[in-house]
Amino acid sequence: MTADGCGAPAGGAPVSAATDAGAQAVVQGRVTRDGSAVGVGYARLLNSGGDFVAEVPLGEDGGFRFFAAPGSWTLRVLAPGNIRAERVVSADTGKITELEVAV
Amino acid sequence: MSRSDVLVDAEWVEAHGGDPGVVLVEVDEDTSAYDKGHIRNAVKIDWKTDLQDPVRRDFVDKAGFDALLSERGIANDDTVILYGGNNNWFAAYAYWYFKLYGHRNVKLLDGGRKKWELESRELVTEVPQRPRTSYHAKEQDQAIRAFRDEVVAAIGNDNLVDVRSPDEFAGRLLAPAHLPQEQAQRGGHVPTAKNVPWSKAADEDGTFKSDDALRALYGDEAGLDFGKDTIAYCRIGERSAHTWFVLHELLGQPNVKNYDGSWTEYGSLVGVPIELGDAK
Repeated sequence: MTADGCGAPAGGAPVSAATDAGAQAVVQGRVTRDGSAVGVGYARLLNSGGDFVAEVPLGEDGGFRFFAAPGSWTLRVLAPGNIRAERVVSADTGKITELEVAV
Repeated sequence: MSRSDVLVDAEWVEAHGGDPGVVLVEVDEDTSAYDKGHIRNAVKIDWKTDLQDPVRRDFVDKAGFDALLSERGIANDDTVILYGGNNNWFAAYAYWYFKLYGHRNVKLLDGGRKKWELESRELVTEVPQRPRTSYHAKEQDQAIRAFRDEVVAAIGNDNLVDVRSPDEFAGRLLAPAHLPQEQAQRGGHVPTAKNVPWSKAADEDGTFKSDDALRALYGDEAGLDFGKDTIAYCRIGERSAHTWFVLHELLGQPNVKNYDGSWTEYGSLVGVPIELGDAK
């Protein structure tokens, strides 16, 4: 994956695509409701101080992906119908931290 | 200038989005979002393929902007309503860009695509067919665009606002956290810059905070001197266009420029000062 600008990859960040973390600290996963993908919604990454860092729209498969710095992060999911969920995650360089968020 | 001059809400768009003389334009970070569904009657502008010169690192020139807007069916007298995802990040960039080329009536949908989606409002896939126009842009308004020498000259003299995340400001990350960290330039920030992450200006639903809250954020908390000129920058000038909108259009600060070269340019310059570490 490349980023020659500031934009997200076209179509969001499908988690089905193979990703080699390399030197990245990847946090990625999927948002589901009753076992089905939540395809409309947003994933937000907050730092340990609770400040917003990044946001991506969920992919059609409910997927999201962030390239964070090593450390502790809070992932917040927003979806229509006042749906909100939060998970605390830890990111490490060279690792893909996977999480599934059921809302 | 008041908020009603530069912002509309979802109810206004639902009532007037199809009116003659009103053009809705989606400008999104995720350039495929429009194709999956957009607000009825909205046309799309791609921030990269439509607004950036394909060869040089610069914007499309005046003739290119004329051609783009003419092809999209946007006339000089139209009221352009911009919206997009991620707190209107790229829509605010397009707003600044429309102002750079002198478009008179341009506004943002407060909350952008996210608030619209989270409220389960209508999205359609039908692409409107707008008749071609003959658009004539003005020369670029350099009063709102900063270049690198102005940034260096502003160190220690004028307000510099680095609107990236604290990790980017400190030099720990080189790009926003939803993008791969593969930039080759040096990390850090322009000395004397204040770090006010752009997103602090928006509530979680993407709408802008109140004027009082914004004044407190940039003035009391960050220590900007509202009596001085201001240059905002980020990595490539999109997030800082959002902050430019806040300072210039919402708070009415007279001399605010967006440095679109931003950190990808500054952090690659030979010989300029760079500061590392967290905000003091």
